[in-house]
Amino acid sequence: METKLRALPRRNVRSVPKVNSSWKKVLHNYELYLFLLPTLIYFIVFHYVPMYGVLIAFQDYMPTLGVSGSPWVGFEHFERFFNSFQFWTLLENTLELSVLQLLFGFPLPIMVALLLNQLRNQRYKKFVQTVIYAPHFISVVVLVGMVYVFFSPNGLINNFLMIFGAEPVHFMSQAGWFKPLYISSGLWQETGWAAIIYLAALAGVSPEVHEAAIMDGASKWQRILHVDIPAILPTAMILLVLSVGNLMNIGFEKAYLMQTPLNVSAGEIIPTYVYKVGLQGAQYSFAAAVGLFNAVINFILLWAVNRAAKKLSGSGLW
Amino acid sequence: MTQYVMNRSKLWSRKSKEDKIFDLINLLFLTTLSLVVLYPLYFIIIASISNPDSVYNGDVWFWPQGITFEGYERIFQDNRIWTGYKNTVLYTVVGTLVNVTLTLMAAYALSRKDLVGRNFFMILFVFTMFFSGGLIPTYLVVKNLGMVDTMWALIIPKAVAVWNLIVARTFFQSTIPDELLESAKMDGCSNTKFFLKIVLPLSKPIIAVMVLFYAVTHWNSFFDALIYLNNEDKYPLQLILRSILIQNEASASMVGDVESFAAQQRIADLIKYGVIIVAAIPLLVLYPFIQKYFVKGALIGSIKG
Repeated sequence: METKLRALPRRNVRSVPKVNSSWKKVLHNYELYLFLLPTLIYFIVFHYVPMYGVLIAFQDYMPTLGVSGSPWVGFEHFERFFNSFQFWTLLENTLELSVLQLLFGFPLPIMVALLLNQLRNQRYKKFVQTVIYAPHFISVVVLVGMVYVFFSPNGLINNFLMIFGAEPVHFMSQAGWFKPLYISSGLWQETGWAAIIYLAALAGVSPEVHEAAIMDGASKWQRILHVDIPAILPTAMILLVLSVGNLMNIGFEKAYLMQTPLNVSAGEIIPTYVYKVGLQGAQYSFAAAVGLFNAVINFILLWAVNRAAKKLSGSGLW
Repeated sequence: MTQYVMNRSKLWSRKSKEDKIFDLINLLFLTTLSLVVLYPLYFIIIASISNPDSVYNGDVWFWPQGITFEGYERIFQDNRIWTGYKNTVLYTVVGTLVNVTLTLMAAYALSRKDLVGRNFFMILFVFTMFFSGGLIPTYLVVKNLGMVDTMWALIIPKAVAVWNLIVARTFFQSTIPDELLESAKMDGCSNTKFFLKIVLPLSKPIIAVMVLFYAVTHWNSFFDALIYLNNEDKYPLQLILRSILIQNEASASMVGDVESFAAQQRIADLIKYGVIIVAAIPLLVLYPFIQKYFVKGALIGSIKG
């Protein structure tokens, strides 16, 4: 419809083919394409070439022969991975850590934002916000270092427990403590920062809606339930889809740093395994296959959740 | 008008018994939360200047005991810390410069409605957020380009972050009016001149946000150095921190002169607290001033994006 309307007068004046006019536009704005060029090259070289490089998962990659010359082996590496004794442990650890992270990490920032939003003392609100954002900027290495010093046999936590007469716990050398420490340190670091988005969504709620609710005798609790929560629901849905779509991509760095020889049975996840067999063991093809398996599951999850979100709430990522 | 405002504030301060209980619980909860976040950070500061024996025995809770700066003295005598600091500053400055230049240029181009194919480019970039070749193929590309064991391996493969590109593009789209461009064009202004002379001066907030976001990423990054660097002289601070904090390698170079093993361990712990502070100092000092920019960046990215 639109194109017809636009095409008509143009044809009357002079018949310029469409291709020509957009080329003209490109030429006219050639500088903009030069602006874009380095970034385009960057994405091709460091993102799309590696996607092509994934082919080595189906080869016996030889660095001298390259991706184009190495011999093909089909699904051999995948079969080897599925049949390896670590497969189920790895999958279980990866899924368990990410699901737990989602289970706690998704609702907590929403709760904090809703409660912060109810504080009427602006100065105190600002103070709390400043404090809870701060850990977001601590590096993973320092965060894990903090976990090590606090949870060591004579660290802060054990000294505290000993006041109550408890025996010191060797947190970092017990597999059972890996996941709780991983999740809780993540909550400590990211809850405040994750709440920002919800606070922004809450700030967008018109005060008149709240006033009307107060007039009708709604308590603060009722206003949270019936005004605030519906207001942040769309934001929450999108963030939920995004985080489910990243379910398998939980952090390599933190898991790797938190691993000790004694807790590695609970802490080995697919990304750390890929690093160990691929870069430390130089089994490029096998590790690429494991990585691809991870990426494919992740992509399927994202696609499925996005579809579900679209059906349920009418809004998805695409 | 005043009447109305007064009524309004009266309305907001009207509280039922239920609301009062809610406010009390809310205040308690948020205060507890702040303490839970704040206390570990505070404890590290006091532990780093306390007598290591007191910390070990659990006598340090609220105030430093037996103040000593031995930990810091040992840290500053260690060459690795200085080299790491120097390298990290270099990587952060060069890396951020590359990041911000490329991101702003590309984001501006993508924000222009008359850029043919902008949606195609956008999809091309955003797709990489959801699917990637993975660690091994990326490593092989960097290796084949001969970047392994150079600082460029920490900079070029991270040249543009898609999320920041989206944030910057959104900013340009919503703050640079089309009329401005049109009138500049009428005056015969070229695209480059328009970008440099008009767009950039109007974009100080987003430039600040981009610089901060990228600089923090570089300052904190550890993984790239782990996989791409072999030469210890090139190690950034985070890798040095890892060997001291996690691999417990403070002993060799820093505690060699201490006699008993137990005392060595305590000094090593003291060093760990100090090292955390030393690593965090730049941000600790700047944080109160730059916090609002971080928040602004997170908001530009979330609401309109």
